[in-house]
Amino acid sequence: MGRLSWAAIPIHQPLPMAASLFIIVGFLVLFALVSWKGWWPYLWREWLTSVDHKRIGVMYILLALVLLLRGFIDALMMRSQLAVAAGGAAGYLAPEHYDQMFSAHGTIMILFMAMPFMVGLMNFVVPLQLGVRDVAFPTLNAASFWLTAAGALLVNISLVVGEFARTGWLPYPPLSELQFSPGVGVDYYLWALEISGLGSLLAGINLVTTILKLRAPGMDYMRMPVFCWTALASNLLIVAAFPLLTATLAMLLLDRYVGMHFFTNDGGGNAMLFFNLIWAWGHPEVYILILPAFGVFSEVFATFAGKQVFGYRSMVMATMAICLLSFMVWLHHFFTMGAGADVNGFFSIMTIIIAVPTGVKIFNWLFTLYQGRLRFEVPVLWALGFMVTFVIGGMSGVLMAVPPADFVLHNSVFLVAHFHNVIIGGVLFGGMAGYNYWFPKAFGFTLDRRWGVVSFWCWLVGFYVAFMPLYALGLLGMTRRMQHYADRSWQPYLIVAEAGALIILCGIVATIVQLVVSVRSRDQRRDLTGDPWNGRTLEWSTASPPPPFNFAVLPSVDSLDAFWRRKQASAPHPPAARVDIEVPSNSACGFVTAVFAVVAGFALVWHIWWLAIGDMTGGVLAMFIFGWTERRKTTIAAEELVAFDVRQRTAVT
Amino acid sequence: MSAQPASLDGPASVQLTVAYGFWIFLLSDIIMFSALFAAYAVLVGQTAGGPGGRELFDLHTVAVETLCLLVSSYTCGLGLVASEDRVPARFYGFFALTFALGATFLVLEISEFARLIGASAGPSRSAFLSAFFALVGLHGVHIAAGLLWLCFLVAQFAVKGPQAFLRRRLGCFALFWHALDIVWVGLLSLVYLMGSR
Amino acid sequence: MSGVLDPQGPVAAAERLILIDATGIMLVIVIPVIVMTLAFAWRYRASNERAVYRPDWAYSGQLELIVWAIPTMIALLLGSVGWIGSQALDPARALISAVPPLHIQVVALDWQWLFIYPDAQVATANELYIPAGVPVQFEMTSATVMNAFFIPQLGSQVYTMPGMTTHLNLLADRPGEFPGLSAHFSGDGFSNMRFVVHAVSVADYAAWVATTRSAASPLDPASFGELSRAEQHPRIRVFGAVAPLLFRQILALSAPIPAVLPTAP
Repeated sequence: MGRLSWAAIPIHQPLPMAASLFIIVGFLVLFALVSWKGWWPYLWREWLTSVDHKRIGVMYILLALVLLLRGFIDALMMRSQLAVAAGGAAGYLAPEHYDQMFSAHGTIMILFMAMPFMVGLMNFVVPLQLGVRDVAFPTLNAASFWLTAAGALLVNISLVVGEFARTGWLPYPPLSELQFSPGVGVDYYLWALEISGLGSLLAGINLVTTILKLRAPGMDYMRMPVFCWTALASNLLIVAAFPLLTATLAMLLLDRYVGMHFFTNDGGGNAMLFFNLIWAWGHPEVYILILPAFGVFSEVFATFAGKQVFGYRSMVMATMAICLLSFMVWLHHFFTMGAGADVNGFFSIMTIIIAVPTGVKIFNWLFTLYQGRLRFEVPVLWALGFMVTFVIGGMSGVLMAVPPADFVLHNSVFLVAHFHNVIIGGVLFGGMAGYNYWFPKAFGFTLDRRWGVVSFWCWLVGFYVAFMPLYALGLLGMTRRMQHYADRSWQPYLIVAEAGALIILCGIVATIVQLVVSVRSRDQRRDLTGDPWNGRTLEWSTASPPPPFNFAVLPSVDSLDAFWRRKQASAPHPPAARVDIEVPSNSACGFVTAVFAVVAGFALVWHIWWLAIGDMTGGVLAMFIFGWTERRKTTIAAEELVAFDVRQRTAVT
Repeated sequence: MSAQPASLDGPASVQLTVAYGFWIFLLSDIIMFSALFAAYAVLVGQTAGGPGGRELFDLHTVAVETLCLLVSSYTCGLGLVASEDRVPARFYGFFALTFALGATFLVLEISEFARLIGASAGPSRSAFLSAFFALVGLHGVHIAAGLLWLCFLVAQFAVKGPQAFLRRRLGCFALFWHALDIVWVGLLSLVYLMGSR
Repeated sequence: MSGVLDPQGPVAAAERLILIDATGIMLVIVIPVIVMTLAFAWRYRASNERAVYRPDWAYSGQLELIVWAIPTMIALLLGSVGWIGSQALDPARALISAVPPLHIQVVALDWQWLFIYPDAQVATANELYIPAGVPVQFEMTSATVMNAFFIPQLGSQVYTMPGMTTHLNLLADRPGEFPGLSAHFSGDGFSNMRFVVHAVSVADYAAWVATTRSAASPLDPASFGELSRAEQHPRIRVFGAVAPLLFRQILALSAPIPAVLPTAP
């Protein structure tokens, strides 16, 4: 069994053991519940083998919310450690554990929470907004989701069997090389990210092709919703950047497994090469995360202000400018490496330039509000919170884009505060806005408003209480990733920061309560017309939830905000044609691929070569078996389309 | 023939969508290669006191490998055209040639790697050799995967005949094969020719 | 106050100034944006019947011009600050001073800092002595993994990387004691990788050198090997002599640290 032994299970370490037991018991309880209620056939048929973009989108977001809990628990534990480990105190988390914790927290939050959240929203919404039935490659779409889930599973398995990386969320060499990290932690990280990275890349190819080649008749580029433009930009970045991640992590894998010398201290390796390659992916990655959130805010502001988004053309130009520029700024992540004044100066200027299109977007949102009629539904609260919070985070970012400022702030908790500021204030707030906004479309009833408001305020206040002290501490000289610290005068700030984390915990609990309460009282908040918010874009023109075929009649579009114009003109759309349609049938292909991937990853981590080779051979064989026949299709009879159409028209009037 | 742009016609056909999506995948694959090219460019001088390109590269073998790949691209194209034929012999013939040429390339490349490893110039000898083996090796892995895929496709054609979905996939294979040729030309120029000077 | 808010040297003082200026420039935009956000949201709330409602107003050429111009101008201004600051405060650039610079060599270990004073031929571990008012040129490397050498009150941090040197120029205006640390995570003992910087008067520095020279232990390959064993609780060490070419040997080293170094680079 390679280097796997019973010693890999952390029996003698109470904290990881407790966490492992929690996860294992949780899984067992879930399996038992599903089995006892007889839900397996339903789950298999409707979710695990679904190739419907709507189902896949929901599963992505569910994955994101579950991993949010895991990543947040790590955060809470780290904050508690720092609140007590002042002066000579060692705290309750040994360095070996603390180091794994901040590595896991960052990896999970960026790659297994924020990415799936955004990809899930884009998956669910984009085909509906484009007025088509599904993405370009539905089976591939399912495989993308399951590969992402496989990566997430591997990261969590490392908690139970073995350990996680102790390098930080980016495994910089030489620390991540075998010489300094001989354990399995870095290997778990690498295989988990190679697997989920493939899933992300395939999703990017899928969505780019969908947006560029599959749109309703009449929808040329300048009639697409802003969310589709930001989705396009984000997925173009995925297609261009993720191959760099795959290649760079592969080079580190080759160093660790085959003894190559890409980044090692000996043999001519160059650790600086890793920095450049990984950040050439890493910077576009953060724009991959924020662009869809920007799109959500455009939709939310326009819909709830009852006004077309201001400056559509310049929104589009700004989005594509951000897309392009995000590839030209990567060195600002290591100004302190000593590349020299000219190189640093160039990247400083490029980084500051990218703030221009972002500023343009902020102004355009402001003028969307101006002379509108703003309804303060929950998505709007998140959007307003974003406007205030994100500009502060952007400010701290542009501050660090000035090299001399960065020289004293790099790697400090000021940096930590900055990126949490923009990722929470931007990506997470956008995700929560999108979740509240499109939930009724996905499930047929709105979320409870009161608990949504509670969740928002807890997150907003909690964020500021948790992270403003970190800005101050960074200026006072505290660096990041410290497990304990000598300067007792820092402790009050860190106690306040912990309080902020607890307030955010209340926000997370409120979100869970909101869901439970909403499900329980769903009959009182049914969305019967499919258009609970008086929306502007095409997804609101069909039922909630949409049928598998999305629209009875593929809508024809002749302007921006086509659905809104149709409503203003009280124009009906043509009746459903009496023609059968075909949609792709379910397929176990995605799920099966992911199972093979998890086993392969685990086997490779533990050097169980026979299992790895056997599993990968089996995986290739499985792909051949799935690929032998053409993708099966299910026919949906014309009668069903017409019946749905009639029901929908009646519900609307 | 309508005068309006294609973007107003509604969703594109399956053929177009599949080909387009595959193109995007190929572009992403080339970006993955470019990361390895970048690593190679940075590490090419780091021979750790060991042999460099000038000592190791055998340009005669490389020339034969290049010829194999270029001709196999030609036969692949001919095979693709022949897939529409009523007479399948040309289809099988051209793709058998394509396979043979690709396999020859692989055999030559593997023996080159074996020779280097035998001469203590394996990938763990120096950063230069790591970058060389990884970059050229990645291309070789793509060729091997392509050959496997080709066998599978031809088997499907044999059993099912020239169905539409198979012809789409064959088109994708041809794109893949030609793209690997382009990458090889890059390898030939930047690694072998420049490294031998 | 500590850290960058309490500069004790010209580099840190210049950097603090840039921090304050850049923040000020950006607040000129950020504060109005925040105010407008809250003001517009409140004024144009749906329940406010008195506010004008123009649902189709979605474009204005003049506003577009302003909306692109303001960020562009701020970007130009900050970009200039970035370029000029990058040149003026390049860590490798020698400081302008009438006094000739002092050279100090720095080696990052797991998880300690070794300081070699080539002119004085002494060495210390986990504490640093420098003369106040004298520019110091640090030549830095790491013997293990990447770290970053950082004295917040004196100025910039720079990475220390194995197999190569980086350079940093700092100056302490007046005597004092400042904390120093590693600002790049390097493993389990990272949190203890701290040192104290003693800036003393020129006379006191000379006296300290003389005292240290008479300290017993020399820093040679053997004692270096012993020093560089992984240590999570470092203590202050003093070395009265330094083997010739030791720093060059450490630089040339890119393999695991042996107990004894080869004698020739």
